[in-house]
Amino acid sequence: MIQQRNGERRVHMPKFEESSKVALAADVPGPATEQPLLAVDDLTVKIGTRVLLQGVSFTLSPGEFCGLIGENGAGKTTLLRSLVGTQPSPHGCVKVCGFPPSRARGMVGYVPQKINFAPDLPLRVCDLVQLGCDGHRLGPRWFSRKSSEAVSRALAAVGAEQFAKQRIGELSGGQQQRAVIAHALARQPRLLLLDEPLANLDFKSANELARLLGHLTREHGIAVLITAHDMNPLLSLMDRVVYLAGGRAACGSVEEVIQSESLSRLYGYPVAVIKHSGRIMIVPDTEGPQPDEACYMEPSNGRNRERITK
Amino acid sequence: MFQSFMLHTWIASTIIALVAGTLGFFVVLRRSAFAAHALPIGSFPGAAAAVLLGIQPLWGLLAFVAVGVVLLQQLQRLGRRDVAAGLVLVTLMALGSLLLSMTHSYGPGVFALLFGEVLGVSAADLLPVAIISAVVIFGVISLYRPLLLQSAFPELAVPRGLRPGVMDLLFLVLLGLVVAMALPVVGTLLVFSLLVAPAATAQSLSANPIRALSLSILLSLGMMWLSIVLSFWTNWPIGFFIGAIGATLFSSARIFRYLRDRFNSRSAMVTP
Ligand SMILES: Nc1ncnc2c1ncn2[C@@H]1O[C@H](COP(=O)(O)OP(=O)(O)OP(=O)(O)O)[C@@H](O)[C@H]1O
Ligand SMILES: [Mg+2]
Repeated sequence: MIQQRNGERRVHMPKFEESSKVALAADVPGPATEQPLLAVDDLTVKIGTRVLLQGVSFTLSPGEFCGLIGENGAGKTTLLRSLVGTQPSPHGCVKVCGFPPSRARGMVGYVPQKINFAPDLPLRVCDLVQLGCDGHRLGPRWFSRKSSEAVSRALAAVGAEQFAKQRIGELSGGQQQRAVIAHALARQPRLLLLDEPLANLDFKSANELARLLGHLTREHGIAVLITAHDMNPLLSLMDRVVYLAGGRAACGSVEEVIQSESLSRLYGYPVAVIKHSGRIMIVPDTEGPQPDEACYMEPSNGRNRERITK
Repeated sequence: MFQSFMLHTWIASTIIALVAGTLGFFVVLRRSAFAAHALPIGSFPGAAAAVLLGIQPLWGLLAFVAVGVVLLQQLQRLGRRDVAAGLVLVTLMALGSLLLSMTHSYGPGVFALLFGEVLGVSAADLLPVAIISAVVIFGVISLYRPLLLQSAFPELAVPRGLRPGVMDLLFLVLLGLVVAMALPVVGTLLVFSLLVAPAATAQSLSANPIRALSLSILLSLGMMWLSIVLSFWTNWPIGFFIGAIGATLFSSARIFRYLRDRFNSRSAMVTP
């Protein structure tokens, strides 16, 4: 199932995704396919002699919602970091709206996998979001109604109004996550790169974020590339999946990839895909054959128990 | 205390406190306190060497600070900031002691460089202080938002086109200018107190960046003025007062915050 695309150059949309795209392509406004929002061509990342990613190529068009999956350490974060420009020494060609990542600054919203906020940072959630609007601007900040509206819209989008005036380092992990998502949304990016944005969120916040992302892709033609280990809230939105294994990437439609066999092969662990009343769910397959349990306790020959009962 | 010869002291120390309080806000935000310690200590031999060579101490300081800034920026790119600052400190000290040992005599100004001569500022000393301060304040105002974003959230700054190497260099240049300007007046040891204590106090008291920055400047000014007055009355060195007031400020802010949090959590428990 894993198609290796090493060296194959592609300019246009990958061939896999036609089938799943049809339903959504109709209501995407604006220029649909002539220029991809994101074009990755033959991207290779090495650290020392270790190859983290090799020959990764794919494109994202406006309005596309693309999942990025792979096991821990597959290189998802590395891929997103190279798209943003935080990964040192990537080779290959990355274009965001036709620009290299370093020059596409207004167009990309990025949510990193983890940020450690120091508890005494003198910034509140609203300051973080405000910096999402104008953090790169020079000169003093004059009050502008437009930017304060953009800030309150971004705060409302992630349901962060209640804690908008609190110090960011003193919030819970999920609240911080939502603040960073609001920061990424504030400048109305055309491409959203989200690294495990759902990881710390409760059911309600996760589903509302998924709905928001669906709305942004369909109504505003924003392209989304998102990693998630729990993909269930996203399955109904995804047009396409890019999957990483062994440093290589391949894309496929949701129907092709989200299947018990292909996911099990990808993760090296039994996974079942359940379809029920029009909804798809991914669950670990506890019915099938299980890999050996790792035993980290020393084998006890009943002595410990004797000692306890004595 | 307000005689004409003291006028220069008041002007110079007010400008320095203002600039140090402003830039100190970013020093604390970036967790660069060690760099703010390493630069003045490391570049003080530059002034001593300049005195011995018979040129203006400011030039020697600027030369050493420039070496320190470039070294720091390059080393920081390779890895941890604290290690980089430590290495720069050691390198500059080694260079300085080599220079001093070659001349075989220590100028009498060395003590003044360590502890400052606030009470002996002349009109000629004021001009460089004023010029460099204007440059630094202009730099901070124009870089306010990028510096705030990049200092507080480095990971989020790169996607906005703020490259960490460039931002580090800009910040270190500003820091180096403040160090070179303030060192002959307030001395090596006090530059550090002025840069760190008011800003750390302010940041633990307010979560609003503009308010914290303003508070940092006010505290820095207050600390400076109070120290001058006390030093004038008691005839004790000004460094003692600046250091002591700085430490007192910071610890009382911490205690205040602790008590406030405890009080808030009490009242929250009483009225659920
Ligand atoms: N700074 C680094 N130096 C060396 N190797 C690194 C570095 N950062 C990441 N790696 C390696 O790169 C590989 C990919 O890491 P990455 O963080 O991209 O994985 P991931 O797919 O995001 O995993 P996860 O699901 O746990 O988030 C890992 O095997 C990791 O060991
Ligand atoms: Mg990751």
